Amino acid sequence: MKVINSSIAELHKMLVNKEISCTELTREFLKQIDKNEPKVKAFLTVTEETALNKAAEIDKKIAGGGEIGLLEGIPVALKDNICTEGIRTTCASRMLENFIPPYDATVAQKLADAGTVLLGKLNMDEFAMGSTTENSAFYPTLNPWDATRVPGGSSGGSAAAVAAREAAFTLGTDTGGSIRQPSAFCGVVGVKPTYGAVSRYGVVAFASSLDQVGPVTKTVSDNAIVLSTIAGHDPKDSTSVPFVKEDYTQYLENNVKGLKIGIPREFFGKDLNSEVRKVINDALKILEELGAEIEECTMPHIDYAMPAYYIISPAECSSNLARFDGVSYGFRAKADETVEMFKQTRALGFGPEVKRRIMLGTYALSSGYYDAYYLKAQKIRTLVKKDFDEALAKYDVLISPTTPTIAYKLGEKTDLLSLYLGDVYTIPINLAGLPAISVPAGFVNGMPVGMQIIAKHFAEGLLYRVAYTYEQNTAHHKEVPALLKGGE
Amino acid sequence: MAYSDRYEMVCGVETHVEMATKTKIFCGCSTEFGKEPNTQVCPVCLGMPGTLPVLNKEVVNLAIKAGLALNCEIAEFTKFDRKNYYYPDIPKNYQTSQYDLPICKNGWVEIEVDGKTKKIGIVRAHMEEDAGKLVHSGESITTSFSSGVDYNRSGVPLLEIVSRPDMRSVDEVIAYLEELVQIIKYAGISDCKMEQGSVRFDVNVSLRPIGSEEFGVRTEIKNLNSFNSVRRCLEYEVERHAELYDSGQSPVQETRTWDEVRGITLSMRTKEEAHDYRYFPEPDLVPIIIDREWVEKIKASMPELPAAKRNRFRSLGLSEYDARVLTSSKAMADYFDQALAQFDDPKTLANWIMGDLSALLNADARSFEDSPITPAQLAGLLRLVQKGDISGKIAKTVIAEMYKTGKDAEAIIKEQGLVQISDEGTLSKIVDEVIAQNPKSVADYQAGKEKALGFLVGQVMKATKGQANPGLVNKLLKEKLS
Repeated sequence: MKVINSSIAELHKMLVNKEISCTELTREFLKQIDKNEPKVKAFLTVTEETALNKAAEIDKKIAGGGEIGLLEGIPVALKDNICTEGIRTTCASRMLENFIPPYDATVAQKLADAGTVLLGKLNMDEFAMGSTTENSAFYPTLNPWDATRVPGGSSGGSAAAVAAREAAFTLGTDTGGSIRQPSAFCGVVGVKPTYGAVSRYGVVAFASSLDQVGPVTKTVSDNAIVLSTIAGHDPKDSTSVPFVKEDYTQYLENNVKGLKIGIPREFFGKDLNSEVRKVINDALKILEELGAEIEECTMPHIDYAMPAYYIISPAECSSNLARFDGVSYGFRAKADETVEMFKQTRALGFGPEVKRRIMLGTYALSSGYYDAYYLKAQKIRTLVKKDFDEALAKYDVLISPTTPTIAYKLGEKTDLLSLYLGDVYTIPINLAGLPAISVPAGFVNGMPVGMQIIAKHFAEGLLYRVAYTYEQNTAHHKEVPALLKGGE
Repeated sequence: MAYSDRYEMVCGVETHVEMATKTKIFCGCSTEFGKEPNTQVCPVCLGMPGTLPVLNKEVVNLAIKAGLALNCEIAEFTKFDRKNYYYPDIPKNYQTSQYDLPICKNGWVEIEVDGKTKKIGIVRAHMEEDAGKLVHSGESITTSFSSGVDYNRSGVPLLEIVSRPDMRSVDEVIAYLEELVQIIKYAGISDCKMEQGSVRFDVNVSLRPIGSEEFGVRTEIKNLNSFNSVRRCLEYEVERHAELYDSGQSPVQETRTWDEVRGITLSMRTKEEAHDYRYFPEPDLVPIIIDREWVEKIKASMPELPAAKRNRFRSLGLSEYDARVLTSSKAMADYFDQALAQFDDPKTLANWIMGDLSALLNADARSFEDSPITPAQLAGLLRLVQKGDISGKIAKTVIAEMYKTGKDAEAIIKEQGLVQISDEGTLSKIVDEVIAQNPKSVADYQAGKEKALGFLVGQVMKATKGQANPGLVNKLLKEKLS
């Protein structure tokens, strides 16, 4: 078995047993980046030198008989909206093309403390706005399963890099599906944790009340390992919850006997591609055979989640992105006076999707429209939460497709509304602040399909248990993209 | 013709007070004033991407304290909101402030003007962050080639106190501001150093015909930083409104600035150009729940406020005027209280503090906190006068010496032989000599001219270098001349 296909636990064992050095391991992934990047374009920045320095440090520690942690020496890459001290953090925007943060995001700090080796920063839709990674100001990322298709977004780089084996694991961020949708499109495992479970400090905000950082991995157990490391209360983030930190790997149990699974019928409507529907139904059959009790349920307010999301997230974004004005950091346009400098900086520094959302949000918050839009959207948000609370009082988890279709062709989605509708199954979960996972559930036309599992607040353990059971009893996660086969 | 013959002024004030916390409202940076530009900053108060605010609990404590001092209701549930507008001195281009659920509301401040007391309503008081400061290369923004931004002030906690439009004259406005600033200082919310910009006022003013119940068109003048500016600015602005009305025109509802040098107000932006701040709840902070126990704890720690102090001083037999002067600074009032613990004549004590001691301190621009004469020393001096050991006149010399040297009154009197002559035998001899040397005055007195007695007393005092006990001299003279 190739090193790059190994799980975190396997890599750890190899390092401990000195079957491979950390430097060799890091070089393996750097080689993979060299080879695949022309066809994937998942990275915006590769930090080869710092990665090899860090690897050498860890090798020294191992050679000296030091004990290493589970993530120590494991090569990782981060979505480029996660600030890294001394390393360019662009948000895939001209606005921050040369921005080097003087601080680490808490998640970056935690991974560094755990001894991971940072390989670089990953492509995304500009400021995390989009679902194809085509909104990157630099270049689109391509799907490793089919280079004519998008990897999804906005964490397209994070999902594609894992699928193309360019990093052992990655972190993404999820505001309306931005981890789960690309994970589904690229056939990897992605988790959007409970809102407040992972610190947002140092993660460039898109919509503060919805954003969460989460792991993208090859397997469910890898994901549980990473989340156990990055989750936890952060005094630097007031919205992070002081909950008791857990080791999620304790939930990795191959058993769903007696678990009650709710299937919200609104997530299986007419927008759902019939082949994707079949894949998910087959997956549900497997869980049923394994002893889960499956029952259809209904969530009456789900249809309003999309419009509410497209009020709330642009509203917050319009304010969060106001700081990019050219005054003290980032891109500054030349102009003769201040207001003109503001205008030109923002006109030239932001791409069209970002501008569209800033305008949407500015409008929604305007005097006279606030009650009709923002306030109403918040009320819908409360109703959506209530729907989930009621369903999750009855069922242990809820299951749906992650997306209505497989990955789109590059440039295929010219109609914005239909593009936005691609996130219809993931958005409600962010509004409710719940945790959800996307796991590989099968294929349609050779392209991966993801199954979404949703649980109560802070019940990530249960998500991992159901996802792990499914994974252990299927083989979809063992399939590798065409790109990887081609090289052998 | 003064406007007040025809029009009544209506005024409300928004007061911004920098709260006296050691660190900023949302980060750990120091709030110390006067440091090198951009030395008290971090990624949070610079609004760098991805950074998040964490509320300084001391800000909430001080806001609750201020609310109690201003007779406000303290909210059980309060939250922060974002006020969105673009300006180079606010790093995030929004100010984290409070909108619809402020921490304090519905309070009042009592003022007194021309012997009449009046309550000025407080609509609300809320917490917010201060902005940075623009530093222009030239004299003003319009004449500058470039401007720099100093973010040291960015994130300093502010309390914005909004009054009701209850004030009807410039004197009422000034009385309100003086009382408000005193309360804020007494309660320890802020040191209110106007010269450092730690208190700033926005005034809203309109005129209406006397007898009218409807409000006129109001203008808001922003960013005044002294009582004197407020007075001059309001005096100018009401005359401007009056002239417009008199000539059949009307002021425009707008925001104006005060040009201190020219002594005029200038238009900044009209109602149509007014900002739409697009307030919405701050998603990076969680709401604050203030249980009543928290409020009670702060209530129990409240110092005595100026109004209560004045009442207490009046109950000691002091006049309203004395009570006001003594409470004009907390340091002075504390000085009075401490001396009073060792000297039981409040009126005499007040006179000495407000008179001689104040004069000595003022001459050196010192405050009562740094007085070289301690309250105990002053009480010691006054006890000597009370006992008759020295005269009041000698005491004036002694207090100046005490101020210079820091020594006790008794030591100075001993060193300089200033003890009062109260021995009847000694004084009798001197009185006899004075009578013999001033036959004209003696005759005048005996002819009924009371004034002549004063002259004779003065002569005895002169002969004793002021050390004679004046009461005794008076008594002896009267006996001998009757």
